[in-house]
Amino acid sequence: MSVTAANDEVQVGRKSGFVSHLHRRKNNTGIPEMSSRERWSRRAPLLPALIFTVIVTQVPFVLVIWYSLHGWNTLQPGSNTWVGLKEYRLLFSDPLFGHAVINTIIIAGCGAIVSMVLGVMFAVMLNRRFRGRGLARTLLITPFLVVPAASALLYKTSIFDSTYGLLNWVLGPFGVHHVNWIGSHSVVAVVMVLVWEWTPFMMLIVLGGLQGESVEVLEAASVDGANAVQSFFRITLPHITKYIELALLLGSIYIIQTWAEVFILTQGGGGASGTATTNLPYYIYQLAFNQFNVSEAAAAGVIVVIGTEVIATFVLKLLGSLFADTEVLG
Amino acid sequence: MTVIAPQSGTEVEVGVRPGGGWLKRRTRRKLTASGWTTVTFALAIIMFFPFLWMVLTSFKTEGKAYTTPPAFVFKPSLVEFNGVLNTAGSPFLHSVLATGVSTIFVLCLGLPAAYALSVRAVPQWRNTLFFFLSTKMLPYVAAIVPFYMLAKDLHLLDNVVALIILYTAFQLPLAIWVIRSFLVEIPRELLEAARLDGAGTFVELTRVILPLCLPGIAATALICVIFSWDDFFFAYLLTSTRAMTVPIFLMGFVQSENLYFAQLSAAATLASLPVILAGWIAQKQLVRGLSLGAVK
Repeated sequence: MSVTAANDEVQVGRKSGFVSHLHRRKNNTGIPEMSSRERWSRRAPLLPALIFTVIVTQVPFVLVIWYSLHGWNTLQPGSNTWVGLKEYRLLFSDPLFGHAVINTIIIAGCGAIVSMVLGVMFAVMLNRRFRGRGLARTLLITPFLVVPAASALLYKTSIFDSTYGLLNWVLGPFGVHHVNWIGSHSVVAVVMVLVWEWTPFMMLIVLGGLQGESVEVLEAASVDGANAVQSFFRITLPHITKYIELALLLGSIYIIQTWAEVFILTQGGGGASGTATTNLPYYIYQLAFNQFNVSEAAAAGVIVVIGTEVIATFVLKLLGSLFADTEVLG
Repeated sequence: MTVIAPQSGTEVEVGVRPGGGWLKRRTRRKLTASGWTTVTFALAIIMFFPFLWMVLTSFKTEGKAYTTPPAFVFKPSLVEFNGVLNTAGSPFLHSVLATGVSTIFVLCLGLPAAYALSVRAVPQWRNTLFFFLSTKMLPYVAAIVPFYMLAKDLHLLDNVVALIILYTAFQLPLAIWVIRSFLVEIPRELLEAARLDGAGTFVELTRVILPLCLPGIAATALICVIFSWDDFFFAYLLTSTRAMTVPIFLMGFVQSENLYFAQLSAAATLASLPVILAGWIAQKQLVRGLSLGAVK
């Protein structure tokens, strides 16, 4: 927003020397006006990264649109012809596509929210001074550092296994025996692994926010007779709200793209429909690599990108205000 | 502060408990504190336990790995590690190559870009910064079809080069944000002083800026290494045998009919070890990196 405003000023400045003089000292970007040579010398260090990013991340998306307008199935030679919007019609008439959207929301939503609740809890616990605090933090961040494929395999073989799994053994005294977690509770199983992996991420960012909290305010509240719960909800929580939002937004960028955990644990199966864990990434993967339906996969990709763009515009705006608060955007 | 002040008057009346009681207040507070510490450690150990279990299992022999109830006491053996190490060489090499080279590229591209978005900023720095971040939100599964086709046409299927290009592109936005968060912290006066002393851009970069953002470079390298090392999606779809990376190598232990718990655990432990050690050592950089520089 401010950038366009500043550009307007530059435009006006070119037309009239007087206006230009008025605006020379400061515009909205906080950068003085500059000659085009100066501008290019400033741009030069940016260009390699910018060009590389545009080529690798934007060009493929243009190609996706192209593919999606063809009827290409790699198993059918000669199918790579222009079919217009046919693949989109096929996609929207596939009930699994709608399911995949809902499954994505359920899996990513539950994963992000549960790991956030646990993350806040652990962060508050670590935000006290006690002996062994560094060790406790080290133990707590470890799940995030385990390679996700290893986590998923570990849960599949040693935790969720109906005969040898630790989970059934731990729950045995409570009357749980021989539960096939992956087969009969697929969504729970995937979400559990996601929560295990992402709780440390949420915890670390919230803990960072907590540690910026002024101790004096809390002590004053405690002297004033506020108990721990009161001071948490009245002082601590408002203070860390922006860190919670920040962690949720940044974490969701990754959690929503979950693919390895689904692939390794459930292969998209589960539930009455047998597709309860087929999220959008897994759905698109199946279209392209199991059914060889390149064009329908591309069409699904286009729809997902459009959906993401809509959400991302909103998210980026929110992130912009969050980062402005934390002074990263000086 | 001001929000609490009006309430504090009333809360003093309500909140003061009658002194004395069966325990002195200080003792009670100490007990609560050690209670919390115990609970914290109990929960931390629960979170840590699956990983610990993986490490324990990796020191078992295959026979000891399948027992009900699970065996906690056993004679440690390195048999499975030996078995894994015999075959893990080339996947590790590919992972190290893909992760290492892409991280170096990310730093080489990201450092100048972050400079051009902070110290000597281009006019549109804010939009550019958010453009980079927006590429991180693109669902890369949507682009897997063209990536696959392009890799095939360029003869880069099952080639580490394809992974290097993709990892560089996908970690670059993080790098730019994190490094920039360090660059904006450099006091302007310092740079102006260097200028007055006759320092050119090159000297300014190497003598003033680079030393000051070394922790930023460390934070960036750490998260780039973590996310590239962890990648399963691209590595699985774009490589098979000649460029197989470590996460794909792990899959080999479960795809056959028989499960190899102990061998898988040994391989998974080895696969996670580099990242875990790096993360444990550089916890401060980890937070800074993961929050894109927002948490100092």
